[in-house]
Amino acid sequence: MVKCPENELIKIEKGELLSKCMELKKSGLRFSQACAAFYEGNYELSYSFADDQTYEYKTLRLTAGLKEEIPSVTDIIPTAVFYENEMAEMYGVKINMISLDYKNRLYRITEEAPLLPKEAKEAKEEKSAAQGSEAGKEEA
Amino acid sequence: MGKVSVVPFGPQHPVLPEPIHLDLVLEDEKVIEAVPSIGFVHRGLESLIVKKDYNEMVYVAERTCGICSFGHGMGYVEAVEKIMNVEIPARARYLRTIWMELSRMHSHLLWLGLLADAFGYESLFYHCWRIREQVLDMIEESTGGRVIFSVNKVGGVMKDIDAQMLGRFVEKLGDVEEQICAIRKNFLGDRTVQMRLCGVGVLTKKQAHDLGCAGPFGRASGIATDMRIRGYGAYADLDFEPIIRTDGDSYARCACRIDELLQSIDLIRQAAAKIPAGDLSVPVKGNPDGEYFMRIEQPRGEAVYYVKGSGKPYLNRLRIRTPTFANLAGLCETLKGADYADVPILVLTIDPCISCTER
Repeated sequence: MVKCPENELIKIEKGELLSKCMELKKSGLRFSQACAAFYEGNYELSYSFADDQTYEYKTLRLTAGLKEEIPSVTDIIPTAVFYENEMAEMYGVKINMISLDYKNRLYRITEEAPLLPKEAKEAKEEKSAAQGSEAGKEEA
Repeated sequence: MGKVSVVPFGPQHPVLPEPIHLDLVLEDEKVIEAVPSIGFVHRGLESLIVKKDYNEMVYVAERTCGICSFGHGMGYVEAVEKIMNVEIPARARYLRTIWMELSRMHSHLLWLGLLADAFGYESLFYHCWRIREQVLDMIEESTGGRVIFSVNKVGGVMKDIDAQMLGRFVEKLGDVEEQICAIRKNFLGDRTVQMRLCGVGVLTKKQAHDLGCAGPFGRASGIATDMRIRGYGAYADLDFEPIIRTDGDSYARCACRIDELLQSIDLIRQAAAKIPAGDLSVPVKGNPDGEYFMRIEQPRGEAVYYVKGSGKPYLNRLRIRTPTFANLAGLCETLKGADYADVPILVLTIDPCISCTER
């Protein structure tokens, strides 16, 4: 009888996301879930893989800035499509090239990024505005 | 090549207890692609962590679903107990296990009834729900509730089942077992039922693994995974093996769930024989600090409860990944190549719980 093997949290950089997902998939683990959280001004993205023989649970943890663009893992793990759409719709995470992008209509919620705290939304908008004005200056 | 057309299925459909929409791409009468849409009953329960402290969130977690509410409460409190290093009394672990198995029974019996109704066997539907009533009566007698039990709390449970009541339940479960064996013959031996289920919506073991299928849906394709083996609650003290089938069709999914009903009765008997005397809960001090992914076996399969706290009464994040959410991709795969007339049965065979999925 297996007795609650602990979760293993593996911190990764954005550039490692696809290769680590591929590595875990190739080692025979089952993709279990992906989710986003907002913590101390950043997104925390978790991609969990389960070993169905030993019941070990490995989670890749990627910390990303609010405006950072994240590559989609759906080319490697097609079933991640619903999880990535949920992260994008609930937290406003920018995920590039989701194989089936529901464009914030998975849950049909009119409010943008409903789970992102208000102050984070404001910070995100301020950053967008600042980046917009900098781009304008460069063009001028 | 036949005529290609797109037919909308749901969100309102006689076979669907809850709303889900599928765009079915058909070639004549064959499904060649299915694109699901959800989001018709989203409630945003996870966002309540900013308004409810970690103790109050137990009640929110229980309201994730009306069928597997006890499991949601249990998964949540076990996750919080893990990050708070709370060791609950042994009696509480056993009581949680007994209520969890009663929940699994009423959920599976509900599904079997719905399946019978979907393929037009109404008398079998009534038989299943009549048996389910007896299970609900036991739940009501021991908790006071039939849908939401509200017996879990961080640190243990709030109600007890005394020895006399537990003895009565075990005796009653003997009758229930006989009745389940009778309907098992109908579900698995009836030729008309076999014609509707055998070879319909086949999912291979590899497909089920690659698509991340959970619970009886995956076990019917040969994946021998059952989160109860992890040993949470009192499962580490009980003797059982995951029930699997290898055909991967609708019949195998039905057979898995029926056999799991009998397994639940066995687990309750074992738990009733071993349950120790003692306290129901321990006092809990402080606030959750840390994070944990708790996985439990809900009636529909592996459910994941992610909690993250930072030493405050309010959690930073609660995320509930329900089994139906995990099984959506598998459902779309089973629909490919199926007859249009079999779509309602196939949607049912994942035992969809949309309220869970949308939280």
